[in-house]
Amino acid sequence: MPSVRLAKVTKRFGSITAIDNLDLGIEDGEYLCVLGPTGSGKTTLLKLIAGILKPDQGEIHIDGKLVNDVPPQERNTAYLPQDYALFPHLSVIENAAFGPTSREIDREQAIEISGKMLEMTRLAGRAGSFPNELSGGMQQRLALARALASGVSLLLLDEPLGALDARLRVELRYKLRSLVKDEGFTAIHVTHDQEEAMVVGDRIAVLRHGQIQQASIPFTIYNEPKSIFVANFVGGANFLEGFISERGPSGSWVQLRNGLAVRIKETGYSPGERVVLAVREEMTEIVKPAKRNGETNVFAGTVTSASFLGSLIRYEIQLENGDVVNSRMPVSLRNDSVLSGERVYVRLQPENIKTYLSPSGGLYIELEAV
Amino acid sequence: MPSVRLVNIAKRYGEITAAENVNLQIENKEYICIIGPSGCGKTTLIKCIAGIIEPTEGEVYIDGKLLNKVPIQERGVGYVFQEIALFPHMNIYENVSYGPFVKGWDPEKAGSLVEEMLNMMALRERAKDQPNVLSEGAQQKTAIARAFVSGSLLLLLDEPLGSLDAKVRTVLRHELKRMVKDLGLTAVHVTHDQEEAMAIADRIIVMKAGRIIEAGTPVELYLSPRALFTANFVGEANFMVGEVMQVTNKGVYVKMNGAVLHSSGKVDFKEKKVVVAIRPEFVGMEKSGVRREAWKGTVENVIFMGGTVRYEVRTDNGELIVVKRPFASDTYRWDAGSHVYLVFPPNAVLLYPYPKAGLEKEISVE
Amino acid sequence: MVRKGTFTDILFLIKYISAHILFQREMERQSVVIAQRKGTSRFVRILDHLSSKAWARYLVYVFSVLFFFALILIPPIAGIFQKISLFGEVYATPELLARANSAILWSFITAFTVSILDLVAALPLAWFIVRSRSKLISLVDTLTDIPFLIPTAALGYSASLFWSKPEGVSNLFGMETFVQPGFLLVLLLHFAFSYPVIVRVMVGELLGYKEVYEVAAKTLGAQPLTSVRTVTLPLLKPALVASFLLAFARSLSETGATVMVAGGFENGPVFIFNNVDNESVLVYVSSLLIVTSVGIFFLVRLLAPRLRLPFRRAWPDFERRLSSPASAKLRDGTTIATFLFFVIIPSLFVSLPLVNALADGTLGEALGGVEPWISFRDSMVLSYSIGLISTVVNILIGLPAAVLIARKRLRHLTPVFDALVNIPIIVPSIALGVSLRFFWAAFEIHEFWVLVLSHTTITYTYFVMSMAASVESVSPDMEEVASTLGARPFAVFRRITLPLTKYSAFSGAVLVFTRCIGETGAARASARTLKTVPVLLVDWILHGTASPSESALGIGFLILASFAILLILRIVIRGKR
Repeated sequence: MPSVRLAKVTKRFGSITAIDNLDLGIEDGEYLCVLGPTGSGKTTLLKLIAGILKPDQGEIHIDGKLVNDVPPQERNTAYLPQDYALFPHLSVIENAAFGPTSREIDREQAIEISGKMLEMTRLAGRAGSFPNELSGGMQQRLALARALASGVSLLLLDEPLGALDARLRVELRYKLRSLVKDEGFTAIHVTHDQEEAMVVGDRIAVLRHGQIQQASIPFTIYNEPKSIFVANFVGGANFLEGFISERGPSGSWVQLRNGLAVRIKETGYSPGERVVLAVREEMTEIVKPAKRNGETNVFAGTVTSASFLGSLIRYEIQLENGDVVNSRMPVSLRNDSVLSGERVYVRLQPENIKTYLSPSGGLYIELEAV
Repeated sequence: MPSVRLVNIAKRYGEITAAENVNLQIENKEYICIIGPSGCGKTTLIKCIAGIIEPTEGEVYIDGKLLNKVPIQERGVGYVFQEIALFPHMNIYENVSYGPFVKGWDPEKAGSLVEEMLNMMALRERAKDQPNVLSEGAQQKTAIARAFVSGSLLLLLDEPLGSLDAKVRTVLRHELKRMVKDLGLTAVHVTHDQEEAMAIADRIIVMKAGRIIEAGTPVELYLSPRALFTANFVGEANFMVGEVMQVTNKGVYVKMNGAVLHSSGKVDFKEKKVVVAIRPEFVGMEKSGVRREAWKGTVENVIFMGGTVRYEVRTDNGELIVVKRPFASDTYRWDAGSHVYLVFPPNAVLLYPYPKAGLEKEISVE
Repeated sequence: MVRKGTFTDILFLIKYISAHILFQREMERQSVVIAQRKGTSRFVRILDHLSSKAWARYLVYVFSVLFFFALILIPPIAGIFQKISLFGEVYATPELLARANSAILWSFITAFTVSILDLVAALPLAWFIVRSRSKLISLVDTLTDIPFLIPTAALGYSASLFWSKPEGVSNLFGMETFVQPGFLLVLLLHFAFSYPVIVRVMVGELLGYKEVYEVAAKTLGAQPLTSVRTVTLPLLKPALVASFLLAFARSLSETGATVMVAGGFENGPVFIFNNVDNESVLVYVSSLLIVTSVGIFFLVRLLAPRLRLPFRRAWPDFERRLSSPASAKLRDGTTIATFLFFVIIPSLFVSLPLVNALADGTLGEALGGVEPWISFRDSMVLSYSIGLISTVVNILIGLPAAVLIARKRLRHLTPVFDALVNIPIIVPSIALGVSLRFFWAAFEIHEFWVLVLSHTTITYTYFVMSMAASVESVSPDMEEVASTLGARPFAVFRRITLPLTKYSAFSGAVLVFTRCIGETGAARASARTLKTVPVLLVDWILHGTASPSESALGIGFLILASFAILLILRIVIRGKR
């Protein structure tokens, strides 16, 4: 079972640096999800590991062996591009059997393996059809079956669910993960959809501008994002700009615009430093005036809009100091609804607030999902 | 006077029926979303409104005028294409000002309108650039601006956010809605993404296989979907098959697999065999079986999804129930293997007659 | 999340088992299909292994480029320029010089005029074929293919009969000759044979054109004519330029038919044809033709992208009226009428004397084995063997070159190589023929091989460019995936790329073959004694070596042979499908 290691890998296309001094390790049997916006280098990364592209600098090891000069057909990896690249002139079974027949496995065996994979992906009975006769979901499964049947143990999936309808994507992502995990493959799955990443990945590696911003289990990425970009890209949050006004042994005070003071747990920032506070929308609690009783970080505001999003309701609230925050409340707890125009209080518990140094380029750049 | 009215629209290509029996009314200044799986006919429908496709049967009325024989260029309807379709040989400014240009508007008046729109979209700096150097999000904003400037009061959008990253989509959709409302336009927005529709639509129309399945506000479709397909397509649901045991004034009792479910819904159909649907976030999960009607089960899978946790629970009577619970407010969290008790609030249990086509086929989103 | 009750469990099980059985049966059937296909032979497997070595691949590409330079590009250039000293002789004879210069000038005037006229006339027809909903479309579509099937020599004879002989149009007007042989007749001829080429290119382009741009323009309020003028045409510009250049090159190059209708008029090819034994003037005209045509070609390629069709203003009401169905009908009517009268009927006119020839016993003579039919048979054999060999050679050396261009294996040098590969069709073939005669004369090889080499040179570009375009259309993704699934480079090529491009390969080969059969200029220039069929036929007609009946029949045989080959190929292709 392979493990993959990339050490200081760089790849340039002319003046563009697609992958920038990247380090990444993937464990044997792991399902790693590489998450990042379009143009962050996700496809380039997969192609480097597959051997379709060669790195300008750095080393790639698969199973402990240096593979920089090993051609794709000898790397024990199967690459699944975004548009599947099914061979239109070959039938379903011939597509699936392409891998085994290329590796000079006995023909009988080749058919057996491909047949098994087609059964597992529920393409049974369509063995004689051609790719253009299949629906989008079936094409995706065929591409997967072909990769699984190829006899490799490392799968490189480039937006495998990208071409599918939103609802179908949600349905198939669980099946994709279980199929891969059940067969014991190592997989690197690339996507721009953070919800998908949270569901399928054992670990998530957030990629931006060719560099890994953070790589950990979903829980950690979500609850301890290392940067504003990660905090915003995975899950979204409310961001408030201000500066440290006071620092004490058990916490600090941050002054936002128009003098609104927020208490945070951090003690590492010096007074005067400009910071950005981040609070997840579901941790931005709405408290009705009656319930309020002089706690810290409870601010007055007015609800400017309420959107029903199905399983939750999203409120936009303008705080007394002019800052705008969003709050998410689950629908099931919606005993007392909050209406647009209502005056409410917003509570931001200090332990739910993450603090970051104000970025030199400005907050807007970090929040732009690019 | 409704802005758009479709009467008995059908579109057939030989043996294939792209749309059938479509009757639709859209009010002035409404923001409508038409959703459905690929091939359900939603694009066919707005193309009929725009005049890009001629319906095989039926009539299209805009502002009370019958438009069946009116060519595209005379209909005065703005259209945003799935492929974006910015003219590659023109720069951003020329693209956006194309509408006024071909209609022979006074160049000065047109010019100021275009400037205003570019400012609103924050595209002023890119006015002289060619489309291919812009990001996809910027390209799509340009396409939308181009449709806005054409002066029409009805805007048709075909998967306008389809080619964008998930994150960009969530941000842009609100901007889109806001602009449409600010300009006082009527919009018909086609998408396969029900979350997108829920977020911005005044009303949603659900289509499948060329027909309208259901129409309603986001709240109606989510909390009380009238069709089984809607229950699965808009949001998620747990489905179980059972038989109506008893109907009282407190609701309906459904028997299944050695257990009973109480629903406060009404049964206005004759079939005894029913499908029960309940949304994952409405299923209650408790540590101990205090309530009599709680179902005992074991957690098979726990998936952390950020703000929510998704539990897959195998109940003792063999069903697999998905439960979604908010992460933040939960004081207790379960691991795989834990024993739990599931509670189904009667007002969240939806009832449907068992479909003739079979359950799997009926709710299939493919 | 769909869980079935106990009762449905049984149903599910039954369904699963029966599905499984059905699947097994399907699998068996498929495995028989796969097993029946012979396994890869040892030879092929060795090639596969070799292809994974970088040096082996480089060797193939290097050889291919080398062959191109050694066989295709260098000989014509070297051939003509080694004799550049002969220019002096020409300058010494002012009268000859004047005639030569005039011929060259008129070549370009003719080519330019014809190309513009063709573009203006053929584009509406292509539009009609692709966009109209008329029932006439399939008929018109088939008709446009006809001139392709007729060798240019036949077209020339047919045109001269139609326009200038008493049996043709002249009859209608009670004249002896409606259009005298000369510049006008040459114009009409060139117009006719480039017309279908442009129609085909534009039809292909329009079919691939994304109509969404036009629709978008209309949703913004543009009248159909406005949207075509401001959106479609600018986007079609590359294809329009390419069509222009194609027609231009053809007009510059064509010899056989032109000679038949030129009369006293001389353009470059006619001049060379008339003076094929005067080395110095040959060198002069050929080299000037080569240099100027290459120069113009690259000039147009460079400047055309900058050319912007102006659309400062739109006139909605005026353009609305021009877009009306009535206007469209008028436009279509005129276009089809032009097509019929100026292209189809002149091309098919040769069937009249042909029918006569069949009736008056010439056929019996032909099959009887008397002169001139013996030389005719020899020429046929010659033409076809040249065609066959040229085709095979072009496929072998052209395939790697096509892949080179399509996959940009030469990195930044690829556009340079691409441009060089285009030169053989830019240059008038008769000039090429002249040049090659001089070059290979030094090696003292038999005339037959000079003919083969010149025909191969002229047609190289056709195969390589059509193959390159086809390979380019195969998504690199597919080759990359095949590679990661374990296939070595050669295996990827033969299992993925080749099957997906085989129709292009086929049509490229057919193009090469038919072009070889029809070529007159280069055949005349590069060989003094051996005569290919077109050369023989031109001889018959111009010098009266054979009677009109015999000429017509000869042409008939030529056409018949072309038809037969294309028919066979069609059947073979359909069989493979």
